Amino acid sequence: MSAPSSDVILRTERVGRSFGKFVALKDVSAEFRRGALTSIIGPNGAGKSTYFNLLSGSLAPSTGKVTFEGKDVTGLPQHRFAHLGIAKSFQITNVFPQLTVRENVRIAAQALKTRFDIWRPRAAMTEFIETADELLRTVGLWHRRGELASALAHGEQRALEIGMALASRPRLLLLDEPTAGMSPEETRTMMDLIVRLASERTVILVEHKMKLVMGICDRLLVLHHGELLAEGTPDEIRRNETVKRVYLGQREH
Amino acid sequence: MSAEFATSRMETAPASTGARLLDLAERHRVLLAGIFLLVFPLVLPFHALAIVILTYGLYALGFNLLFGYLGLLSFGHAALFGGGAYLCGISLVHFGAPWWLGILAGTLGGVLIATLIGSLAIRTRGIYFAMVTLALAQCVYYLFYQAVDWTGGENGLRLPSVTAISPFGIPLNFVDPLTRYYVVAAFVFASLFFLSRILASPFGAVIEGIRENEARARACGYDVTRTRLVAFVLSGAFCGLAGALQALHLAIVPVEMLAIETSGLAVMMCLLGGMGTFFGPFVGAAVFLILENLVSVYTVHWQLVVGVVFIVCVLFFPRGIWGSILHWSRR
Ligand SMILES: Nc1ncnc2c1ncn2[C@@H]1O[C@H](COP(=O)(O)OP(=O)(O)OP(=O)(O)O)[C@@H](O)[C@H]1O
Ligand SMILES: [Mg+2]
Repeated sequence: MSAPSSDVILRTERVGRSFGKFVALKDVSAEFRRGALTSIIGPNGAGKSTYFNLLSGSLAPSTGKVTFEGKDVTGLPQHRFAHLGIAKSFQITNVFPQLTVRENVRIAAQALKTRFDIWRPRAAMTEFIETADELLRTVGLWHRRGELASALAHGEQRALEIGMALASRPRLLLLDEPTAGMSPEETRTMMDLIVRLASERTVILVEHKMKLVMGICDRLLVLHHGELLAEGTPDEIRRNETVKRVYLGQREH
Repeated sequence: MSAEFATSRMETAPASTGARLLDLAERHRVLLAGIFLLVFPLVLPFHALAIVILTYGLYALGFNLLFGYLGLLSFGHAALFGGGAYLCGISLVHFGAPWWLGILAGTLGGVLIATLIGSLAIRTRGIYFAMVTLALAQCVYYLFYQAVDWTGGENGLRLPSVTAISPFGIPLNFVDPLTRYYVVAAFVFASLFFLSRILASPFGAVIEGIRENEARARACGYDVTRTRLVAFVLSGAFCGLAGALQALHLAIVPVEMLAIETSGLAVMMCLLGGMGTFFGPFVGAAVFLILENLVSVYTVHWQLVVGVVFIVCVLFFPRGIWGSILHWSRR
């Protein structure tokens, strides 16, 4: 992806989301640059997942507009997003537990190219198996391909989910706290993987541990109480007084 | 409880001889089914019983596609089975259709009713789906019950008995129970072949994926609602065909075929045999119907006995009979 860094891949205009009377997200306007690794940070309950879900199509915004590559995608059904070129991993691990690791990725790989194909044997459709195998190598699960997904360790399941997200060859990859619940060891492996992935495509990464993303991302968005508090490069954010105040006293874990 | 035939399964090395045999059987499941269908009447000399085992088994198979593989519990499948039977019957009685056209009409009837019920019900989940399908099936029951001129109402619809048929120019005596069995078996074999193709296709993988994790399937790019509808309609085709075969066999369509008990029967047979397994529905239908026939010779309270057997099975063998056999031999 050698697009100029000023090229905007995703834009939100005053998007908001309420649950009943509770406003979880309010008037967030932001632009995400193509090819960049952008992190969305903020304390627990800041509205990161809500914002993430608006970007990835799991939730429709109550107000505002989301544009992807110039196209208005506001309120489109979830499954359309994969077809547009947006893929995601959930904050809570989300795989097909009773299918093998390889079948998990293979199902993801065939998603955009088979529509209600009830006749051809999938064992003969080798392109999807090859895609699955290639991605399993990328996320480091090749040696586990024959196991049921439910037999994987937590960290491995998260990696599997990312492998599945990559299967649609997305131009935009959205990750919601991919290191949640991971050991320091697993976290390091995951961050390495994310850096590698981000060198080839646009990545938006939600994380509440600021320290983890400071060193790797190009830009940061800080959410607090459902509002966009600050936006900028890691250095700008580090110097930002308001951000300091929000994070002050909050011991990072 | 994953599909026993998913390609994904074949990678794990079989542990025991039993497992290896089963894996072999899985790869040739349609061939195996064919052999079994050929010898079944020799094992079970009551051919009329063998025929209803096949028709109910096929009905349960259609139900299993939705329940076992996709994970949707319908309480309205009687509408597809009975509807198929009625449409077959109506085409014979009122339009003088030949037997094969009756079968086609029944199958398409199942498809049609499934499309109608499906498009209304698939937006709901879990218990709501079960209730909506149940309510809609009751509507279908009422409709057929009231249309006395077409359906014979509560007396059921009597079919002209089909005596001689000549598929592909081969004259066959349809009155002979064994011949009739093999005609029905041919349709069941074709259905099993078709089901096997569906399960091995990309679509087969998708429905299992949706059963496993709907949100993930959506995120992968699958239109879950449409996929559900397609599965429901396919299920309707199998159940409609089963109903049509049943109608030809019995030469009558009793209105009870549309009743809620018939819907419950599919659930029971499927659970008894093993949901989400290829042969489970037939095993369930066989066990249920053979038990019913055996016990009712000795006591009028056969339903009690069958009920107890069912409860014991569900409590102690939640995978069903065939499902448990598969599970044990895999360990
Ligand atoms: N479906 C929902 N219904 C009602 N309230 C919700 C819903 N989803 C989120 N909220 C509320 O909205 C607020 C923001 O939630 P969100 O999940 O976006 O936070 P977050 O920044 O992702 O937090 P975390 O770091 O814990 O993941 C929280 O107060 C939460 O309770
Ligand atoms: Mg969150």
